[in-house]
Amino acid sequence: MALINVENVSFSYDKKIKALKSVSLSVERGEYIAVIGHNGSGKSTLAKLLNGLMIADDGEIIVDGLSVREKKNLFEIRKRVGVVFQNPDNQIVASIVEDDVAFGPENLGIPRKEIGERIDFALNAVGMTEFRKSSPMRLSGGQKQRIAIAGVLALMPKVLVLDESTAMLDPKGRQEVLSVVKKLNKEKGVTVIAITHYMEEIVDADKVIVLDGGEIKMAGTPEEIFARRKELKDIGLEVPLSSFIAQKLIDLGVPVENVLTEDGLVEALCKL
Amino acid sequence: MQIIAQNLTYIYSEKTKSLAVKALDNISVTINEGEFFGIIGKTGSGKSTFVQHLNGLIKIAKNKGSLTVGEYNLSAKKCDYKALRSKVGMVFQYPEHQLFAETVFDDVAFGIKSFMPSLSKEETEKRVKNAIELVGLDYEKLKDKSPFDLSGGQKRRVAIAGVIVTQPEILVLDEPAAGLDPKGKREFIALLKSLHGNFIKTIIIVSHDMNLVADNCTRTAVFGDGKLLEVGTPKEIFSSKEKVKSLGLELPVTAFLTQELDKKGIKIDSDLTTQGFIDAFAKYYFAKKGLTPRNDALKGGNDL
Amino acid sequence: MKELTFGQYYPQQSFVHKLNPSVKILLVIAYVVAVFLVKQFHFLGFAACFLVLIIATICARIPFFRILKSIKAVIFFIVLSAVIQIFFNKNGTPLWENGFITDQGLLSAAYIFCRIVLVVMGASLLTFTTSPVEIADGIEMLMYPLKWIKVPVHEFALIMSLALRLIPDLLDETDRIIKAQKSRGAEFESGNLFKRIKALVPVLVPLLIGSFRRAGSLADAMDARCYAGSKKRTRYKRLTVSYRDLLAFILIAGLVAGVVLLNGFYVLL
Repeated sequence: MALINVENVSFSYDKKIKALKSVSLSVERGEYIAVIGHNGSGKSTLAKLLNGLMIADDGEIIVDGLSVREKKNLFEIRKRVGVVFQNPDNQIVASIVEDDVAFGPENLGIPRKEIGERIDFALNAVGMTEFRKSSPMRLSGGQKQRIAIAGVLALMPKVLVLDESTAMLDPKGRQEVLSVVKKLNKEKGVTVIAITHYMEEIVDADKVIVLDGGEIKMAGTPEEIFARRKELKDIGLEVPLSSFIAQKLIDLGVPVENVLTEDGLVEALCKL
Repeated sequence: MQIIAQNLTYIYSEKTKSLAVKALDNISVTINEGEFFGIIGKTGSGKSTFVQHLNGLIKIAKNKGSLTVGEYNLSAKKCDYKALRSKVGMVFQYPEHQLFAETVFDDVAFGIKSFMPSLSKEETEKRVKNAIELVGLDYEKLKDKSPFDLSGGQKRRVAIAGVIVTQPEILVLDEPAAGLDPKGKREFIALLKSLHGNFIKTIIIVSHDMNLVADNCTRTAVFGDGKLLEVGTPKEIFSSKEKVKSLGLELPVTAFLTQELDKKGIKIDSDLTTQGFIDAFAKYYFAKKGLTPRNDALKGGNDL
Repeated sequence: MKELTFGQYYPQQSFVHKLNPSVKILLVIAYVVAVFLVKQFHFLGFAACFLVLIIATICARIPFFRILKSIKAVIFFIVLSAVIQIFFNKNGTPLWENGFITDQGLLSAAYIFCRIVLVVMGASLLTFTTSPVEIADGIEMLMYPLKWIKVPVHEFALIMSLALRLIPDLLDETDRIIKAQKSRGAEFESGNLFKRIKALVPVLVPLLIGSFRRAGSLADAMDARCYAGSKKRTRYKRLTVSYRDLLAFILIAGLVAGVVLLNGFYVLL
């Protein structure tokens, strides 16, 4: 059975604006799923539905066999699905790094000694051990976001949902966060659902889901998705710049192979 | 208006010596009228501190260098900051976070009411309408709406209309595309390009996006640890990977491709804009194969 | 840079910095009590308090002029109280014929002056050596017994620490909004009171909206990390009491006892 099953889920704000229309998807253990869409496509709504911050109007979301609709499951679901949000400043609750990471386990009523171990684990996993006693205020955006990830990891979740967690970071910060998330996925087997509008961030995903107007417009591997540049452009998305250059060259009559990465493009251009 | 900074220095919390930080260290640079000037550098390199000097938001301390913007001498004892600010518009990160008025009209008109209180009602209306239309919004439809009821993209446009409404000669933007999705960003850059040279003479943009800089800027300044490390065209700035890396920056895609191809013996000479690179490579390819390109091919419709 | 704008914490590795914050708060209270116990005109008691303050400042490795500077904030209040005593205290004998300044008046002025200065310097030693976060922790620990009479100590503590966490961010945001509106011609320094209040609207409205937005995201983030009130919450942070606290306690207890003894000594005289 899939780790997360979303079946025909619809959601509207104030009963007016339809944010999601009958969305269905399933996430397997250990997968790295990317969800892309422009602002207002419904992607952040999906993130909030997955751990019960909001409840769907219609349809069913099952996480690890538990229905999000049941109130008594809420705690168990939030333990399993950790969400990291966009603005690092708005999710750090304490003025010392270790106290912030401790916040989740404290809420679960975990004994003090084990909280200490979880802090060790979480900070180590995001490479921030040396900042354990620091004030988050002194850290860079990327470091703050890594602390936010550690705060979620301390709950020992099975799924990490990144709700545009890199959108407010500079390129260096974005790199830091992405490499931490990839490592967690590869080495610790954490299932990742990365919600983003940066095309560069979905290149390594196992599966890409494209949302537009609250509906799933496309789903497939990154290569399959990027091949549909025209459709992507119609819904306000763009292929990575290297893929754009390749396609432009093809349009001009240069028979270059379509690629996703810059290194790939160099290779393809050299082959000509 | 030309901007001339000479030996500009700024120190945070100078009084408490142990905590003093040199945010700007001896900056000398000239930005000419008509430029689309980029400012790049790591977070905390002094970029924002520098641009906040340009309309007097940060004042220059005694013996900490000089700065003139057009006829305004900001390092002089007396400077008419209000008049200066009407000429140098400033757009901060997430400009939509400064909207406050009850209607879109009132919010956009705020600048006129503060800078030109004697302007007639008709003239005010004309200017507000013009500004709202320049940023690509429907004046009649939006003017009486609350700015807080708009979508994120519309809010940002209204906020920018509120800055350009006084028709500044220089527009300074600090990371203006942050948080926009690709479409929003593309439209935003198109908006800047349409304003530049027509409505606004000079644009100065602080950005982390090297592709944006390579694609649009006439010249770029590189900041690092409060110092001005380099000024030049994108082609000069991004000429070597090692140098750019040492500045803590990344190469724009076009520069990366040019340099990697160069290592493999393929010489592509372009201005490093995306279209420039594409055209230059196609030209190289057709020459190498002895083919003639399709007639329309090398003109390059720019649909970035 | 953010930290500088908030509080006057003076980071240092010292005996006093390492004291348990709740113990430190209690000690400062005891010190203030000692200052107030000093009977009128028994200046030797003040000397004892001052001596303890000096010892504490030296142990805290804080330059004494910084402690002195803290008086600046209340200097107006101090001078006013002293002046009132000098001019309106009619007890005692006038210093010169027909003069309205009496010896008693001068002494009372000096007495009140010493009192306030010693209290302010003592309190500032606490804020110099204890970060706002530690003070919040200390208060929480001191409030702990109130749990038995159903005071929501956990919630109160969380609110305090969230406030401390967010104040620097809000200051930053305020700065940014002020700059943005200044760029659009807003003026905050000129005009009459009404005009100045009106000028704040373009700052306060975005700030308020921003705070609500922030609060909303923070609430989501806390919910997502399983926050559900204090019911079964555990606490990771623990404040420990060490030999240092005991030493400091002895010093202050000695001070209080000394002041009481001195009071008795004066009576004997």
